[in-house]
Amino acid sequence: MTDMVFGTVASQPGDPILPRWWRSLDRWSLFAVVILFCVGILLGLAASVPLAERNGLTPFYYVYKQVFFGGVALTAMIVTSMMSPRTIRRLGVFGFAIGFIAILLLPVLGTDFGKGATRWYSLGFTSLQPSEFLKPCFVVFCAWLMAASFDVGGPPGKRWSFIVAIVVTFILAMQPDFGQASLVLAAWGLMYFVAGAPVILLILMALGVSGFGYLAYHNSEHFARRIDGFLNPEVDPRTQLGYATNAIQEGGFFGVGVGEGTVKWSLPDAHTDFIIAVAAEEYGLVMVLFIIALFMALTVRSLFRLMNERDVFIRLAGTGLVALFGMQALINMGVAVRLLPAKGMTLPFISYGGSSLVAGGIALGMLLAFTRSRPQGDMSDALRNG
Amino acid sequence: MNRTPLRPLASVISARSKGENPDRIEARERAKRNQAMMTRQRKRAENRLMIMGVAFFFAFGAIGARMGMLAATEPAEPNAIASTSQILNQRADIVDRNGTVLATNLTTQSLYAQPPLMINPAKAAKDLMKIFPDLDEKRLTRDFTSGKRKFLWVKRKISPEQRQAVHDLGEPGLLFGPREMRLYPNGNLAAHILGGAGFGKEGVQAAEIVGVAGIEKYHDKLLRDPAMNGAPLELSIDLTAQATTRRVLNGGMKIMGAKGASAVLMEVNTGEIVSMVSLPDFDPNDRPNPLVEGDPSDSPLFNRAAQGLYELGSTFKLFAAATHLEKGLATPDTLINTESPMRVGKFKIRDFHNYGKTLSLTDVMVKSSNVGTARMALEAGAGAQQQMLSDLGFFEPVDVELGSATQTKPILPKRWSDISTMTISYGHGIAATPLHLATAYATITNGGYRVKPTLIKQRGIAKDRPQVISEKTSAQLRYMLRQVVAKGTASLGEVEGYEVAGKTGTADKPKPSGGYYEDRVIATFATVFPASNPKYVLILSLDEPEVFVHGEKRRTAGWTAVPVAAELISRVAPVLDLRPAVAAIDQITYTSAGN
Repeated sequence: MTDMVFGTVASQPGDPILPRWWRSLDRWSLFAVVILFCVGILLGLAASVPLAERNGLTPFYYVYKQVFFGGVALTAMIVTSMMSPRTIRRLGVFGFAIGFIAILLLPVLGTDFGKGATRWYSLGFTSLQPSEFLKPCFVVFCAWLMAASFDVGGPPGKRWSFIVAIVVTFILAMQPDFGQASLVLAAWGLMYFVAGAPVILLILMALGVSGFGYLAYHNSEHFARRIDGFLNPEVDPRTQLGYATNAIQEGGFFGVGVGEGTVKWSLPDAHTDFIIAVAAEEYGLVMVLFIIALFMALTVRSLFRLMNERDVFIRLAGTGLVALFGMQALINMGVAVRLLPAKGMTLPFISYGGSSLVAGGIALGMLLAFTRSRPQGDMSDALRNG
Repeated sequence: MNRTPLRPLASVISARSKGENPDRIEARERAKRNQAMMTRQRKRAENRLMIMGVAFFFAFGAIGARMGMLAATEPAEPNAIASTSQILNQRADIVDRNGTVLATNLTTQSLYAQPPLMINPAKAAKDLMKIFPDLDEKRLTRDFTSGKRKFLWVKRKISPEQRQAVHDLGEPGLLFGPREMRLYPNGNLAAHILGGAGFGKEGVQAAEIVGVAGIEKYHDKLLRDPAMNGAPLELSIDLTAQATTRRVLNGGMKIMGAKGASAVLMEVNTGEIVSMVSLPDFDPNDRPNPLVEGDPSDSPLFNRAAQGLYELGSTFKLFAAATHLEKGLATPDTLINTESPMRVGKFKIRDFHNYGKTLSLTDVMVKSSNVGTARMALEAGAGAQQQMLSDLGFFEPVDVELGSATQTKPILPKRWSDISTMTISYGHGIAATPLHLATAYATITNGGYRVKPTLIKQRGIAKDRPQVISEKTSAQLRYMLRQVVAKGTASLGEVEGYEVAGKTGTADKPKPSGGYYEDRVIATFATVFPASNPKYVLILSLDEPEVFVHGEKRRTAGWTAVPVAAELISRVAPVLDLRPAVAAIDQITYTSAGN
């Protein structure tokens, strides 16, 4: 009783941060991400050696870099995942503003590294690709706008977010970076889908896209060749795709053995766009299925966790992040097995690349933060509607 | 949908009676409605998230399955010719009427470079220069080392030896792509007919072969049509006859000091062109560039037989005779006024020699009287003349399978005055190609049936050919042509056993500035053989011939084109399986030795 009189018990607003974080976190997803990162290092040991050799560096130069950036990425992910959705929203909107200005200034201040597209800022020791950081911030920004439209008397956020999506897509396409542009547009589309897009509109959009594809096929020779090449059952063995297919076949079920693969020497993009082919060749189908299972677990698990989420913003932002992540993985691997037409895109967490790693870490951190279990709505609501 | 009102009357009244504020009822109803809407939206979002999850699950599953399928198959043997692009590399062969190959495809290699893959670009450029000395070293080094080029063609076609040499450099940035090229195994022989081919759309694995001239261009679509299914395009050309024609014409051109020559040999009934030569010519395997300045007709690419518009001179007199006979205005023996000179207004026409007051129609042809022909043309009238020339095809380009020919329209007088009628009757004031003349002569001598000239092998004689003149007129004209060779201006054209019939034509060449040259002519011999049952028409033209015979410079066709044509017929007729009609030998006389 004296306690009650003379002193107050140190007030505890909740549990200590770390235990609470650990308890509410989707630990399986965190685990999958860490494993993916380790797989990336393992494959980097094989795939980035030719690149290092070509550039006259020590064989494992890019592996060290990958480990360094991976460390940064994992730290960023954990820190981000500890933030509250509200903090993430604020930082995300702020980050979107900075990222948007950054991609606008690219034509003036950026470098193209002789690759024909201005996508990077050179920082001396490393280069920075702002569009990678823009993607998750864009998703958060759009989710914020869309969520605002759910409030009674709220602004027409869906329409605003559509304009934002179109503008960002257009700027990315001008770089040109059609991969990121289509990814951004697709992520917005899926968010809009979850935000309750009218079915009629979805059908119209599907028709529009196929109509556009038809027109492009008949009017653009470049586009038509790509599609023809994709539809042609014969793969030309001297194209990247031919090499990739051959590598997967060479690998068989258990691979040709660590370091025994040859495809990494022929493919210029072995360490990025076609890393799955390197995995298939050296470690076989087992490794590939393992990687696919990790990606699948991450995306599907996160989506199912989001189903229980009642906060509109969290639901939409989470959806967008899953869409970004899952689509990118799907497209990268789909191209390597010729289920999709050729389009250069990195495999999240596995492909080499500082910006994409760190940005991926931040995005996954956001996603983990959004999928943390938390009290949903008020109790009466839960009781009333099940 | 059942909407509950925001202010249900019963509740409001009861609230009022209790003294409560009815606005609170509205607020409560509003909150309820919003709650229901949010729930609906959440349900929908849940469903859609579920759909997305399932879709992602199946998408990843599909990729895993596909990976498994790929991993389970054996790697395919790399197939060098597999092509992902839509370049068709099967172009049909072209063969002559006997199936001898005139144009075919050959697989070679092309050399390209990918500088980013190079180990030592500067050295690669230097080494390449040793193998291909014709490359530009500076440019090559710049392209390889600048870092800007990711891909460039080094050489479109290389030989196996060169390929091995490049291979031995061991430079990974130098790569080869298979390349089909068009090959003309006979070189110059049928250059103007075949034309040539070049590369169209080009990819690493293959390049499209596109016809750029001649039959290759005219029938480009057909040759590239996959439906041809390997069947060659059969031309009407007989390669042996073509070779003979070119050889004799080339010799004749040199002997006669001509700067150019052409010959067209046409089957009289079917219109098939058996051989067609224009000299100078070129090698279609290494097609020269068109002239950028000067007269295009000086280029070897110029097809004199199909593109060259010439005033063909006295060879046209036959058409005046044909008009007269067909109209019933004369018989071969009708006497024609040949008083020279003939005056029409200020215009004066005279003959080469004065042939006296009259000649029979046959003799007008045999002696080639300008005056006689001009009088006949005036008598028949411009309308009849135009009708005849139009029926024979002189008003339109020749419709043959050559782009150059179908674009060559004869030059006709702008105003068809009486003077025009007179000069055109002996082949001046109208310019047409040798191919026009061949068509007209074939039509007149084959019994009067209009032929359509063609380079494609025909199966038999076309039906329902329009008849231009009667068979009787045709026979009479053949007789006259035969007399020209037997005793007239073309007496050097006699080839024993082949009853050569024909008409000479020597036309002064027009000056570009107007008027005519005194000393430059086009000498033409239009001939048909054998006269009694014609099989072939030959039009042989020499450009600016000049030969020194019997103590004087001679340029007329009788001295230049005719002997060349005679030589050609004596050599080409046996090749075409034409038997000489040898007169029965009554008695064999042995010549005694010693003379």
